[in-house]
Amino acid sequence: MHDVKSAEAALAIEGLSHWYGSRQALDDVTFSLEPATFTVLLGLNGAGKSTLFSLVTRLYGVRRGRIRVFGYDVGSSPGEALRRIGVVFQPRTLDLDLSVMQNLRYHAALHGIGAREACARGEAMLARVRLSERAGDKVRSLSGGQMRRVEIARALLHRPQLLVLDEPTVGLDIKARSEILAHVHSLVAEEGVCVLWATHLVDEIGEGDDVIVLHLGKVLAHGRASAIVEQAGATDIRSAFATLTSASSPSEAA
Amino acid sequence: MSTLSQTRASPLSLAGYAICLKGIVWREALRFLHQRERFVSALVRPLVWLFIFAAGFRQVLGVSIIPPYEVYILYEEYITPGLMVMIQLFNGMQSSLSMVYDREMGNMRTLLVSPLPRWFLLSSKLLAGTSVSLLQVYAYLVIAWFWGIEPPPIGYLTVLPALILSGLMLGALGMLISSLVKQLENFAGVMNFVIFPMFFASSALYPLWRVRESSPLLYYVCELNPFTHAVELVRFALYAQVNWISLTVVCGCTLAFMLAAILAYDPARGLLARRGAPGGET
Repeated sequence: MHDVKSAEAALAIEGLSHWYGSRQALDDVTFSLEPATFTVLLGLNGAGKSTLFSLVTRLYGVRRGRIRVFGYDVGSSPGEALRRIGVVFQPRTLDLDLSVMQNLRYHAALHGIGAREACARGEAMLARVRLSERAGDKVRSLSGGQMRRVEIARALLHRPQLLVLDEPTVGLDIKARSEILAHVHSLVAEEGVCVLWATHLVDEIGEGDDVIVLHLGKVLAHGRASAIVEQAGATDIRSAFATLTSASSPSEAA
Repeated sequence: MSTLSQTRASPLSLAGYAICLKGIVWREALRFLHQRERFVSALVRPLVWLFIFAAGFRQVLGVSIIPPYEVYILYEEYITPGLMVMIQLFNGMQSSLSMVYDREMGNMRTLLVSPLPRWFLLSSKLLAGTSVSLLQVYAYLVIAWFWGIEPPPIGYLTVLPALILSGLMLGALGMLISSLVKQLENFAGVMNFVIFPMFFASSALYPLWRVRESSPLLYYVCELNPFTHAVELVRFALYAQVNWISLTVVCGCTLAFMLAAILAYDPARGLLARRGAPGGET
């Protein structure tokens, strides 16, 4: 992508590589996401999705390459970058023994949002995910899908402009999956949030979605789902993914 | 509500720090209150020592008059400071070890993606853990009072700063261990390799001059054990006195452990990056 653009991009990643000991998890990953777009990060388990998320959210330090969030470098100005990111991690990260609202208030405090404002925002967010009446219940009593919705509400509490979700639908039934997917799509359309949605399930990809194919730490393709299908000479995204990943040589990024 | 969203204050302001610290302590206290079993077991452990061990040992081990005591004291009274710090030792190890466990792991992630600096987040977590240990220690002191262990009333106040320091030191040690150990099979490992050696090779259960009589080597080990100094600091403070050597050692160790833990959790330099996030799937 062009340098001028990447200064305004919601998320700009340049030449990102990462190793665990001698094992390389990410290999020269480069892409950028525009505000108010929905992008699926498609990859099998072990493709490097979680590593990428850990680097974007600064759980690990970037060792080679650059990550910028709305122009702020995650390494040199982590505070400014992190306050613009909302995260939903793959493992459940809610406090099971606390109530839904207590979880939200804790998250708000971590972002410097006071109790009164946190309650107001929390109620508004819970209304959006249709869980208002569960605000006082312990998280333990919620279903898997409801917990995910609370986590999404929580991730949006500090009004980030970039929302990253790491396999958010793992372990959910079909109905809960499509509900969450629809909800996140509506956030893009209505609030202008930029979403990066990591998954290994091709059926979560819509025709018009942007897709990044990540395989063994490398970006194999980036573009509209339909364009990737066409480029791979396949009939649908599933076979396009199979074609791309079976050919070990990386194709041109769109 | 819409006006509030416009005047969004930076979380990096001073007020943001205060809100964050308050939130972390508040959550730790809430969790503690929700986990009754944890509170009960934290209380039962020292009471077993006090009611059973001390009663049995009283006749075996005579305690002469050593500072800060001015009269002959019962063995129960002697081991009380040791048990107070033992409560903190367990609390520090448990709250930090829970970071290693998957269930708590998510919470560590939630904490670390806050925009506030990591040293501040970790220090806040330490303070929160220490506050919880103070609750436990004072609950123990109340029960011990009914058992006839009555330090001077002023001691309950003067022991507070000592307990805060020792709580921070042990919490920081636990945090450091949690960052070094990737996966602990269970709590027993830490019991064997950290808690038991620290607790037994210290002045918690027997005065060090007694140890010296039987083994000079062990005596030096005890003298080098930071836990000994935490116990002595608390022992003196409980009688409104200051043990300056212990104070210095505990302050120094607290600082050293905290710095090491913060370094270990530093995203760029720390061990996390090299071996993957705690509980993180790769």
